[in-house]
Amino acid sequence: MNYIAAHPLRVAELALAHVELVAAALVVAFAFALPLGVLAARRPTIAPWLLGALGAIYTIPSLALLAVLVEAFGLGFAPIFVALVVYAQFMLARNVAAGIAGVDPAQVDAARGLGMSPAQVLARVEFPQALPVVIGGVRVAAIAMISIATLGGYVGGVGLGVLIFNGLTLHQPQMIAAGAIAASAMAIAADALLRLAER
Amino acid sequence: MNAATIRFDGATVRYSGANRNAVENVSYDVRGGELLVLLGPSGCGKSTLLRTVNRLVPLASGRVEIDGSDVNGLDAVALRREIGYVIQAVGLFANMTVAQNVGVVPSLLGWKRDEIAARVDELLHLVGLDPATYRARKPSALSGGEAQRIGVARAIAGRPRALLMDEPFGAVDVVVRTALQRELVRIVSELHTTTLFVTHDVEEAFRLADRIVVMRDGRIEQSGEPFELFDNPATPYVRQLVHAGDDVYRRYFARGRELLRSS
Repeated sequence: MNYIAAHPLRVAELALAHVELVAAALVVAFAFALPLGVLAARRPTIAPWLLGALGAIYTIPSLALLAVLVEAFGLGFAPIFVALVVYAQFMLARNVAAGIAGVDPAQVDAARGLGMSPAQVLARVEFPQALPVVIGGVRVAAIAMISIATLGGYVGGVGLGVLIFNGLTLHQPQMIAAGAIAASAMAIAADALLRLAER
Repeated sequence: MNAATIRFDGATVRYSGANRNAVENVSYDVRGGELLVLLGPSGCGKSTLLRTVNRLVPLASGRVEIDGSDVNGLDAVALRREIGYVIQAVGLFANMTVAQNVGVVPSLLGWKRDEIAARVDELLHLVGLDPATYRARKPSALSGGEAQRIGVARAIAGRPRALLMDEPFGAVDVVVRTALQRELVRIVSELHTTTLFVTHDVEEAFRLADRIVVMRDGRIEQSGEPFELFDNPATPYVRQLVHAGDDVYRRYFARGRELLRSS
């Protein structure tokens, strides 16, 4: 805590960068996960394969994935950003699929029968009712992403990981603790905020 | 315009993976403005036949025409907006209010906001619910009977040319069912909307129908006015189904028809 008290602006700056990284990755990840989740809900035959593949990616150790991405993109913002987007797919797409699959089939039948186009059925009936489950997925993904994003400090990226990895290099436990505590606090806050949104 | 004729011409449906046709070569002319009941046991193809009209189920062969145009030549989404649809499970949209549910087809049709609001109130009155009380309610706050009244209101809100009803009153208790049947008979005679009504309940068929089509194993077993079937059953199946020759049933069915049509 001493480090945070001594360098509040430095910690705040890195925390803000951390939030920006996670938020941007979350938005981009959702843009991919939404169609993937809808596809999984619409095609029960391919759903296990699709979600299985995303799940398999999710099990790759983050440091290993990051190493591959550094080879591809070089150091900096890009590898950690891409890693976050890829990791989030499983949690986001799975919950989109589960949320849509959980909508009362009679409502979907009525919606089609009354003349909603497939896109209107999704936007007006299915997605609004899937929303709590979808936000649940966003919550779980956000927490995981806040944690994984600290690895960005190792690959020349931004965010609170910079404190942790610089602290390791410089043998400064106070600095490591500052990064870790700030990231944990952020994860807890995100959890609480998104739990509220789920209601 | 709201009393469409519907013609089935060799209509045949086969579900993928099934070893026989769900609907087999059905030809029938539905008259404009009539209340036609499709009667038969579960699995006889009556619901499937109903759902060919608004193209929720595709034909394997044959054709279905509405006012002389082949439904396969029409845009499915536009067609469905012109045909009311009511199902047993009601399927009110849980994320919308009663007013939004009733107004859904007018809104899809691009009506103005105040036109929709006026139409919603008019329809809630028509199905016997006070607009001020029910307008803002969510479906979860409705009884089964209220929910299906809203379901009927939603189906006719866009002034459809025809109304398709798939066992709409099967899930409500007897007293509510009779009230809903009375209202349906009144609404159909007021609006003169061609109505196809699917049921497995013989008593309900006799109460409601202008004409009955009895289906079995995907085919039409017999069709005609209710007491034509009763007095001249064409097959042993129909004879047994309608209790032909049993005068107690004849009077019972006749009484049921009166009950719905007396004021």
